[in-house]
Amino acid sequence: MDNTVNLTPAGSSDSAPLLKRMLRMRETGLIVIILGLFVIMSFASPYFLTWANMRAMSMAFAVDGLLVIGMTILLISGGIDLSVGSVTALAMVIAGWLFLSGIDPWVASAMAIALCTAIGAFMGFFVTRVGLHHFIVSLAIMVIARGACLLFTGGRPLGLYTLPTEFKFIGQGSIGPIPIVIVIFLVFVIAFDFMLRRTTMFRKVFYTGSNEKAAAYSGIRTKKVIFLTTTLCSTLCGVAGIIYMARFGSAQPTFGLGLELTIIAAAVIGGASLNGGSGSILGAILGVILLSLVSSSLALLDVSVYWQDIIRGSILLAAVTIDHYLNKRRG
Amino acid sequence: MQDDVILRISNLSKSFGPVKALRGIDFELRKGEIHAIAGENGAGKSTLMNVIDGILQPDNGEIVLDGDPVKISSPTMAQQLGIGFVHQEIALCPDVSVAENIFMAKTNVSRSWLMDYRKLERDAVDVFRQLSDIDPSVLVKHLSISNQQLVEIAKALTLECRILILDEPTAALTEAEAQTLFGIMRKLADQGISIIYISHRLVEIFDNCDRVSVFRDGQHIVTQNVAEIQPSDVVNAMVGRVLDNLYPQKQEAPSDEVILDVRNLTEATRFRDVSFTLNKGEILGVAGLIGAGRSEIVKGICQLEGDVTGEVWLNGEKLKLRNYQDSISHGMVYLSEDRKGVGVFLDLPIAANISALNLEHVANGIGLIQSGTEEAQAKALGHKLNLKCGSLSDPVSSLSGGNQQKVALAKMLSVNPRLIFFDEPTRGVDVGAKSEIHRILRELATEGVGIVVISSELPELIGVCDRVLVVREGRISGQVTGDEMTEVNIMHLASVMDAQGSVA
Repeated sequence: MDNTVNLTPAGSSDSAPLLKRMLRMRETGLIVIILGLFVIMSFASPYFLTWANMRAMSMAFAVDGLLVIGMTILLISGGIDLSVGSVTALAMVIAGWLFLSGIDPWVASAMAIALCTAIGAFMGFFVTRVGLHHFIVSLAIMVIARGACLLFTGGRPLGLYTLPTEFKFIGQGSIGPIPIVIVIFLVFVIAFDFMLRRTTMFRKVFYTGSNEKAAAYSGIRTKKVIFLTTTLCSTLCGVAGIIYMARFGSAQPTFGLGLELTIIAAAVIGGASLNGGSGSILGAILGVILLSLVSSSLALLDVSVYWQDIIRGSILLAAVTIDHYLNKRRG
Repeated sequence: MQDDVILRISNLSKSFGPVKALRGIDFELRKGEIHAIAGENGAGKSTLMNVIDGILQPDNGEIVLDGDPVKISSPTMAQQLGIGFVHQEIALCPDVSVAENIFMAKTNVSRSWLMDYRKLERDAVDVFRQLSDIDPSVLVKHLSISNQQLVEIAKALTLECRILILDEPTAALTEAEAQTLFGIMRKLADQGISIIYISHRLVEIFDNCDRVSVFRDGQHIVTQNVAEIQPSDVVNAMVGRVLDNLYPQKQEAPSDEVILDVRNLTEATRFRDVSFTLNKGEILGVAGLIGAGRSEIVKGICQLEGDVTGEVWLNGEKLKLRNYQDSISHGMVYLSEDRKGVGVFLDLPIAANISALNLEHVANGIGLIQSGTEEAQAKALGHKLNLKCGSLSDPVSSLSGGNQQKVALAKMLSVNPRLIFFDEPTRGVDVGAKSEIHRILRELATEGVGIVVISSELPELIGVCDRVLVVREGRISGQVTGDEMTEVNIMHLASVMDAQGSVA
């Protein structure tokens, strides 16, 4: 094949203005905003730039980061999952309950993650085989999983005081100065970001979300793709639930109320479209970092928790509005 | 009527970023005329119409309506000024009755607070009596596409407009429906309504319009009375060069080598006992009325839809296909008639579109996509098909219709196919790209790729194909070759047994 053919006598925009393209990217904008907040906060609060605060902040977004990875991939494939908060809590509760029944914590965790995977597969079945909408199916599962949490615990947190130290290590330990949670987070982010950009498997997720029918007419088994992305999202909820359990040393049936909205907001701020076909892991992670940074900044500044939700909601609205106009101008 | 200009546009320009969509356009519309607008896709026709309808604002230039300079800031304002626009895309509420859909536009301009349902309904029925026998109480979603198009036109007619813009209204209509529409257009013109009529079909322009304006590259090239200009002059003005030969050379010597052999293909409801063969080097056409089962048959062969029984032999091998993926891996692919709906991924980059059918081809052993290979493949196929694009990482939506179709075609070629089913390969494609696609079809056939073309345009089938199969009500009703390939023969085979007795 002749690779030297120039299709664009008028000058290709592929190579030259790399800087320009980077400036146009949403990730760049998010990084600028995050850095800006950093600078402002380090002046506003003497406590902000301390190691303890940095560590607390990164711990806060690291586990949610796993959830936002699953959500972003699901959004790209054209789906959505409202059950992430309750399924995460369910993983915690089931693993804790099994542990208290005398099962090894690692086995209990594996079983809880397997259960979450099964829940995802169950939702995937209803979406792809029965033909219901993601929104409705996951709404039902959100309620059911929360109910199951309360059922298993009687509505009270399970104290897991006898958890072995090496298990608690995944949630509380550090390698040198770096918390294990951050290490796990980075591994997941790098792995999924790479896979999403480079593997044929995840390219099919983009095709399916961009135009499901066109994907089917390209020989892609779109139902299988949607089934898998739905399942993956719930599996990651399971993993996140276990890490939270190790970190808290307890299983809380009411954990993650409203978490799904934060996760979806982060993915959307990071560039995922509710119509499917677009989104990036890096963007979504930056979205989660931004929201988390705003929360902890407001807490440091002693702003009432009630204001926090109002401000976070406004950020979401502002982000999608700006994006909408930028897209319009580009198109 | 000579000097009765209702709409005058002078020195109007409009840019989208660096792209100059309209450059110093001058245009005049007279009262009561049917004024055709011709031009390739991307010539600026739609942009100009969107300016007239207030959807887009011009960068500079002047619009004078009935002697008064106007600034049309929105489609609502255009309606108030008496400008009606029937878009090519259908924008109706599917779950609402035909009559209510028509009311929707009308109530929008009504000045009174209370709706006069009785009058609106009467008007709607009146309009429909001229158009067709659609029952106004039927829900829109139960209508065929062509009837939905008629509802769109009816909607515009109820607005008592002075200027009516019709953007390719006949694309989805049958010949008979189109003739009815032309009758209505003439009646409206006689009542003093000015009609701007956009069409790719020159025959329609020359049979039904008073004047024709040709656009090219955002510029107004010429306006002439239809009686004073030849169709070939219009085509030349559109493409800016002389198109010497509309269709490529036909096959020289027929070959005996059979590529495709279909035996007794049957599907539950849509087709029965379909048998035919395709020889090497030949282009086989498939004709038939809309709904006769043409697309369904080829989709059945590829296992894209339907539960099909019967045998399909490809190059002497009996195929056992479970799904379309199997069909692709045997080198048998289908180019959809619905380019924007299923042919391409509009939001995704060109290169990613081209590799969609065979990602393994641009990936390494462990399933990682090599972007260099992907770009190279897109570049090579784009070059072969003379694809005109900025960057291969631009989304397909940035291309013109003809170039989008080339992307869809490149996607087919990326799997080195042995057989391609083309469903309406030139629908919505401009004249220049059309003849390029015809040339590509012939080249592929000569290279030994099996080519089957479905088309509703009989001149295209006759011009391009070596043999044409005719489908009627899910069966092959006959085939024509050589001198027998005439529109009359094909239409006869396609419609003679038609239950309604309506020979189109």
